[in-house]
Amino acid sequence: MELALLIDFGSTYTKVTAVDVAAAELIATARGITTVETNILEGLGQALEQIKPHFGGVLPDFTHRLACSSAAGGLRMVAIGLVKELTVEAARQAALGAGARILGVYAQQLSHSEIEQIDALCPDIILLAGGTDGGNKEVIIHNAKMLAACQRATTFVVAGNKSAADEVRQILVQAGKDVRVTANVLPELNKLNVEPARDTIRQTFLEKIVEAKGLRRAESYLQGILMPTPAAVLQAAKLLAEGNEEEKGWGDLLIVDLGGATTDVHSIAEGYPTKSGVTYKGLPEPYAKRTVEGDLGMRVSSLSLLETVGSRKLAAISGLGEQTIQEYIHTVHDQVETLPQTAEQWQIDTAMAKAATDLAVERHSGILETMWTPMGAIHVQHGKDLTEVPYLIGTGGVIVKHPNPKEILQEALYKPEQPTVLRPQKAKLMLDQEYILAAVGLLAEVRPTAALRLAKKYIRPLD
Amino acid sequence: MEQNKQLTLVLGVIGADVHAVGNRILEYALTEAGFKVVNIGVMASQEEFINAAVETNADAILVSSLYGHGEIDCRGLREKAIEAGIGHIKMYVGGNLVVGKQDWQEVEKRFINMGFDRAYPPGTMPQEAIDDIVKDFGITQKC
Repeated sequence: MELALLIDFGSTYTKVTAVDVAAAELIATARGITTVETNILEGLGQALEQIKPHFGGVLPDFTHRLACSSAAGGLRMVAIGLVKELTVEAARQAALGAGARILGVYAQQLSHSEIEQIDALCPDIILLAGGTDGGNKEVIIHNAKMLAACQRATTFVVAGNKSAADEVRQILVQAGKDVRVTANVLPELNKLNVEPARDTIRQTFLEKIVEAKGLRRAESYLQGILMPTPAAVLQAAKLLAEGNEEEKGWGDLLIVDLGGATTDVHSIAEGYPTKSGVTYKGLPEPYAKRTVEGDLGMRVSSLSLLETVGSRKLAAISGLGEQTIQEYIHTVHDQVETLPQTAEQWQIDTAMAKAATDLAVERHSGILETMWTPMGAIHVQHGKDLTEVPYLIGTGGVIVKHPNPKEILQEALYKPEQPTVLRPQKAKLMLDQEYILAAVGLLAEVRPTAALRLAKKYIRPLD
Repeated sequence: MEQNKQLTLVLGVIGADVHAVGNRILEYALTEAGFKVVNIGVMASQEEFINAAVETNADAILVSSLYGHGEIDCRGLREKAIEAGIGHIKMYVGGNLVVGKQDWQEVEKRFINMGFDRAYPPGTMPQEAIDDIVKDFGITQKC
């Protein structure tokens, strides 16, 4: 039997998923507490212990042992470009798509105080972009000279103007930095090219970050830590949407991943205008797009959620008093492992989840703007039009464990009172009830068809 | 054109103007003339012209406007360019720049005062602007 062991080293839990590859069947899932400070293998051992009974008390010889990780802060990055709306945004998209946590974003010529800030942020990778190919060279070269003074031993991924790349590399190499040069994230003004930078970032993650995060020890047991967890989820989403030669995919989709620290939204869709007479404006969006809302989380970021949404709105959604809500949110912030016990606590958790879903999808979706011209009204679209997306998938602890996940996920859909926000209008609601997406993204590395079948089997409609 | 230097031009239709056909014709004519054209299309804001010029290290900005609101849309473009550190970039403007029948000499003066290097009245052929650009940059055309 071809068996796969898929592991997700999260910041709190290490989740393991055992899969029968040929049958595309889930055999067992379990989780242990992540132990990155002591020995990452301890938490893994706890989880493996729990799945043993499914194999008659002895762990089998797994054909594939693959892992992703967001432990020890995940992949921490800083993105630098030239113009905020152009190369800075392109760099940000590349970093997010690679599964990174973005600590800071910088535009134009860096100052000394910004270099100090970057040093203090202590990123794993600095992505340096700026200038289209053949365009502005001065700024990226200036920034390279400034960054040469960075104290931290960081890896640089250079994805800017190709005419300046050699000089930038030389400046940083001479300063003793580890430098990887890749294709420009914005080779032409209307051409986003984030894939090469994503691949380079991932390669760097494999070679260096895994080691730095103390995950190398786990590698002796595994075949490798392949990617940051959010990258695995994005990979699964892409496979599920596109399919492959052997098996058809589902088509465009949107994933809402509601977590304790952030709410991630992934969309796999071109997002071109679906209505006639709409003009697209701004930088093109990546087909596989990920956004991360650091202020919208159920536990670690619950206070910022409270601040962003406001207790009045949460009171309106839950029907409870503002005081009660504030107290509960402070409690779960201080004790992140708290799970709702009473009906009232469930109501507050539900209200938080609904508000986070609503806002995160609103921020991810494109908008329509009406402009009045001498010829009448003109509609301009910024970002992706997701109105026709056929599938909406919910994942993340609060959605998966909720008694009525539909109630939460519905908040992602089109709202008549917000007609200009291009959210999905009639998407089928699906639930990742076995928490399988990251595992699917990992298995896709070695057995894409089995991974796709697994996803189709265990991500079920919510009716 | 000189062998070693290809001029980069940012081209677009400013404001809420959606006239796309002339924009395409200009792009074609300018590309044929040997320039590198960065076409930001219709309904381009002043910021988009400036950002495009900064990022591509452009030599000139070519603004067109056909719906009669050119004057309002163009005001402040030079100042923004100065602010963005590309104050010396050459700027050209053309089209139906104003409403109604106004004396062209007057209109041209207004646009020159606004900071444009050259302004063109309705009905100008692309070749005229191409010849001016070639002259202004002191380059020789390839054929």
